[in-house]
Amino acid sequence: MSEGMNEGAAMSQDMQGSRAPAASAASLLDRSDVRVKHATGIGGSVSAFVDRVRSGDLGSLPVLVGLVIIWTVFTSLNPVFLSADNLVNLLFDCSTVGVISLGIVCVLMVGQIDLSVGSMSGFASAMVGMLWVNQEWPLLAAITIAVGVGALIGALYALLLNRLGMPSFVATLSGLLAILGLQLYVLGTSGSINLPYGSPMVNFGQMMVIPAGASYLLALVPGAVMLAIGLHTRSRRMAARLSAATVGGLVTRCVVVTLLFEVIVAYLNRGRGVPLMFGVFLALAVAMDYALTRTRWGRSMNAVGGNREAARRAGINVNRVYTSAFVLCASLAALGGVLSAARLASASQQAGTGDVNLNAIAAAVIGGTSLFGGRGSAYSAVLGVIVIQSIASGLTLLNLSSSLRFMITGAVLAIAVIVDSLARQSRVTHGRA
Amino acid sequence: MADNSATRPAPGKLVLSLRGISKNFGAVSALTDIELDVHAGEVVALVGDNGAGKSTLVKVLAGVHQPSAGTIHFDGKPVTLPDPGAALDLGIATVFQDLALCENLDVVANIYLGRELNPLRLDEVAMEVRAWTLLNELSARIPSVRDVVASLSGGQRQTVAIARSLLLDPKLIMLDEPTAALGVAQTAEVLNLIERVRDRGHAVIMISHNMEDVRAVADRIVVLRLGRNNGVFYPDSSNEQLVAAITGATENAVSRRAGRRQAEPQT
Repeated sequence: MSEGMNEGAAMSQDMQGSRAPAASAASLLDRSDVRVKHATGIGGSVSAFVDRVRSGDLGSLPVLVGLVIIWTVFTSLNPVFLSADNLVNLLFDCSTVGVISLGIVCVLMVGQIDLSVGSMSGFASAMVGMLWVNQEWPLLAAITIAVGVGALIGALYALLLNRLGMPSFVATLSGLLAILGLQLYVLGTSGSINLPYGSPMVNFGQMMVIPAGASYLLALVPGAVMLAIGLHTRSRRMAARLSAATVGGLVTRCVVVTLLFEVIVAYLNRGRGVPLMFGVFLALAVAMDYALTRTRWGRSMNAVGGNREAARRAGINVNRVYTSAFVLCASLAALGGVLSAARLASASQQAGTGDVNLNAIAAAVIGGTSLFGGRGSAYSAVLGVIVIQSIASGLTLLNLSSSLRFMITGAVLAIAVIVDSLARQSRVTHGRA
Repeated sequence: MADNSATRPAPGKLVLSLRGISKNFGAVSALTDIELDVHAGEVVALVGDNGAGKSTLVKVLAGVHQPSAGTIHFDGKPVTLPDPGAALDLGIATVFQDLALCENLDVVANIYLGRELNPLRLDEVAMEVRAWTLLNELSARIPSVRDVVASLSGGQRQTVAIARSLLLDPKLIMLDEPTAALGVAQTAEVLNLIERVRDRGHAVIMISHNMEDVRAVADRIVVLRLGRNNGVFYPDSSNEQLVAAITGATENAVSRRAGRRQAEPQT
């Protein structure tokens, strides 16, 4: 690419642009069509946002509204819910299922499903327990083996789909049973392996928080990175005669985001602090978001989920995309299993059974990832899992049985899917889907 | 059917040469013993009735279907096209009849699908600029290249699909019904574009049912009928000859209709 030349031309145009911003608007490459309205200023941005929501492009708005409602209800029933210590516990619990849910986002993205993530996480925790505690392997080796086995199982699902055309729904359903069997086999007759208290792994799962000073510094990072990338993109876009965000808008966003993160961190630091495990989960989510939106691999994931045949005809190796999605999903499920073993300080027959599977899938869907492929984001796993764990935590505080928890989580999932399909219909009538 | 060639200017280098291409779908032979030569700087129109095998032939050349028999020579070398990526890498770009766009992605992402700049850190700005340049060359009226393709009209999608095929500066570009969904001005632009692509020395294969478009740009007209070659014509061939080759009879629905039309005013 003639990068250097572009940048050079950029400079001169940049200077012209700053001298006569009004005159340059008409000559912008992407603003020549007079039929299209463009938002200008903060008022314009707000009304553009309202238009977008009206046409069904909801983004993460429903889950944020839902979260506010859930938190309001639980706080009014029991004020302890919103206490810093409870929220810290909530974040510890979010991290394990959240990591699994990140993997689910990957497979949903390409229009597939993995129903065996619960069993996979349980099997991974059993493997770590067996290798690390019983066989006295180094901890990292045990974790690597567990995640590696997850990757192999994911590759097997992809092989069954690509070579034999076995629908992932069935392949992973049989995987659910088979892996559960492996988990029970590894655990043997005792049925559970306790992980030693005081070991780094259990400390990580139960106690470790980001030091207060570091947490305040880390909370500055998202806003600063947003601002830096925003300014860089702005100068490149202006150089290329494309419309660009205003400096004011970028700074406003940076300030709002930074304040939000600092307030959250300050509140959590009134309790035990920000769980290190949640930090790891967030870092994974950010990495996943980058991979899905800013790399060729992410583009092909979106394309395969949106229109498999079109992606194939564009020269994308669809089988390889499926393989990457399944491998990533099963590996993250295994990692989630390791984290939950650390959280519970044990690897038992119950690990990964029951609601882990469906919670992980529900979290991705509640967060706004489509079950039909081609729409979704890594952050949907973060938001969705916070919703699900909030319900669980709130009902535990109210001393209500898990029967009610299942019913309410089910209802929230149903509402999330209803909102999604209503929004989809609205997008169709507004010509956005 | 005979090759009714008169004296023609010498064509450019042979780009594509098909010999004995057949394609069976189970018991149905969609293509039988197809022979086709395309030279650089030449527009070849593929015409034929519905089910004549035009789209199947294009899909074979695009690497979507694999031929059951026959050889393909591209640029003088025998090639196989096991998948669409192989065809694209050789320099064969295709605009499919169903366009093959991802509705959930925006225009830029569709144009660059599978060919994104800077795979590990997508260069969105450069891609957007190039997308606008390509679309402006086509005089396309796309409101925003950051809108998802789902929000575009049929004609706009067509232009996006054509813009995508031009991205890699291919040696051979195949257009399956490129003007079917287009308005008057856009049709003219696409025809202009086909001529520009030809004048740059590229080879073009165009499928169309619109004889007016075909005559306007084609250097040669290859007729397929029921999956077989059924003659090669030139833009100055008469309409009757063409229709006869397409339908397989001098006495056909089109000629009968034309006869009725001529007869009516006299009675």
